[in-house]
Amino acid sequence: MPANATTSDGALQQFLLALADDELVLGHRDSEWTGHAPILEEDIAFSNIAQDEMGHSLVWYALLEPFTHKTPDQMVFERDWREFSCCRFVTYPKGDFAYTVVRQFLFDEAERLRLEGLTESSHFGLKEVSGKLLPEERYHLIHSKGLVERLGDATDESRRRMQDAVTIAFPQALGMFEILEGEDELISGGIFKGNRVLQAQWLENVLPVLESVSLRAPVSRTNGSVAIACTPDYGGRRQDHVPHLRQLVEDMQQVYRSIPGATW
Amino acid sequence: MSAAEQQVWEELGKIADPEIPVLSLVEMKVIRGVKVDEGVKVLFSPTYVACPATGAIMQEIRSRLNQLGYAEVLIETTFSPPWSTDMLDQDVQEKLRMFGIAPPPSNASDFASAHGRPVPCPHCNSASTRMESSFGSTLCRQIFYCDGCRQSFERFKPL
Repeated sequence: MPANATTSDGALQQFLLALADDELVLGHRDSEWTGHAPILEEDIAFSNIAQDEMGHSLVWYALLEPFTHKTPDQMVFERDWREFSCCRFVTYPKGDFAYTVVRQFLFDEAERLRLEGLTESSHFGLKEVSGKLLPEERYHLIHSKGLVERLGDATDESRRRMQDAVTIAFPQALGMFEILEGEDELISGGIFKGNRVLQAQWLENVLPVLESVSLRAPVSRTNGSVAIACTPDYGGRRQDHVPHLRQLVEDMQQVYRSIPGATW
Repeated sequence: MSAAEQQVWEELGKIADPEIPVLSLVEMKVIRGVKVDEGVKVLFSPTYVACPATGAIMQEIRSRLNQLGYAEVLIETTFSPPWSTDMLDQDVQEKLRMFGIAPPPSNASDFASAHGRPVPCPHCNSASTRMESSFGSTLCRQIFYCDGCRQSFERFKPL
């Protein structure tokens, strides 16, 4: 074993945990639309997306198992909310439908780019799982992008709501790219291309879509280069969370914790 | 393939997919391999990762192979290569149609082309159909509407 094996495993664990927790928590938020979406088709769509995201978290938790010696169920139901490594972005309440749509789009585009990069990863598990998840995730992005394009340019009310959602969600979304501890090792090991590269690719892809329907993101452009003109909502990756996560995790764990180990 | 492995394949070919009971696990191409030595090992590849039928399918595989005399049944999951609707054989596509689900288009990885082709109604064969939602009652289905017979129907989602 190389001398830095322990540290690298630590960085890999941080990365897998961030991937898994992001999917689980956003999946939970999406599931809150089941029975409550504005129209039946969206109820079905967001219930499907919620199911996918939770299933995807399961495979990431499974890749963590050799490090943590904990089953996916234990990871989800037995951890304290302060042990989650999701970005704050996915923990905020579902808000109105405009916020949900904008959040999903900003998340889906980041996820697509991350997975595409990981299909070239030097880590077999990450490479294999990414190749599996990528075609499934394609449906999410088509859906959320389509909704941004339609609602961003429909009525005065939809434009106003979508713009409000972008203004709130954009700084939060930048929290997805908070640098992980030990991330340099992941980059030098060919495991992950890194959050700086990912964020730059993400900006290149999401900004034209928002701008195509006149939605303004808090960025400034000078000579073709993009500068962030807001404060990114960091903290989640170092487990510094907003209280909304506590509420979500308590809801999610309530039944499991009431009778630990129960089967039915 | 040994006679014992042949027997296991035959047994797995009798297990119906819980969500599409006209197809077996073998026809669904979720069984990738079978190895018999002291025990039996089954290589399994799920359709969608989040498919809620996966647990029930694994339980059924275990129970059937236990009954066949294998005390130890090991099920390993693989995503290499990822499951795709392109793996389904032609006769399986016909069974889907008879069941009322429009079969998936070929060459699903060419996403735009797969979604651009007409989808004949599985009930009346009219080509005058449109997609209502790319999500449906299960992860592997989409909702369509037929202007010919004025019925909605589902299509197996290209993956």
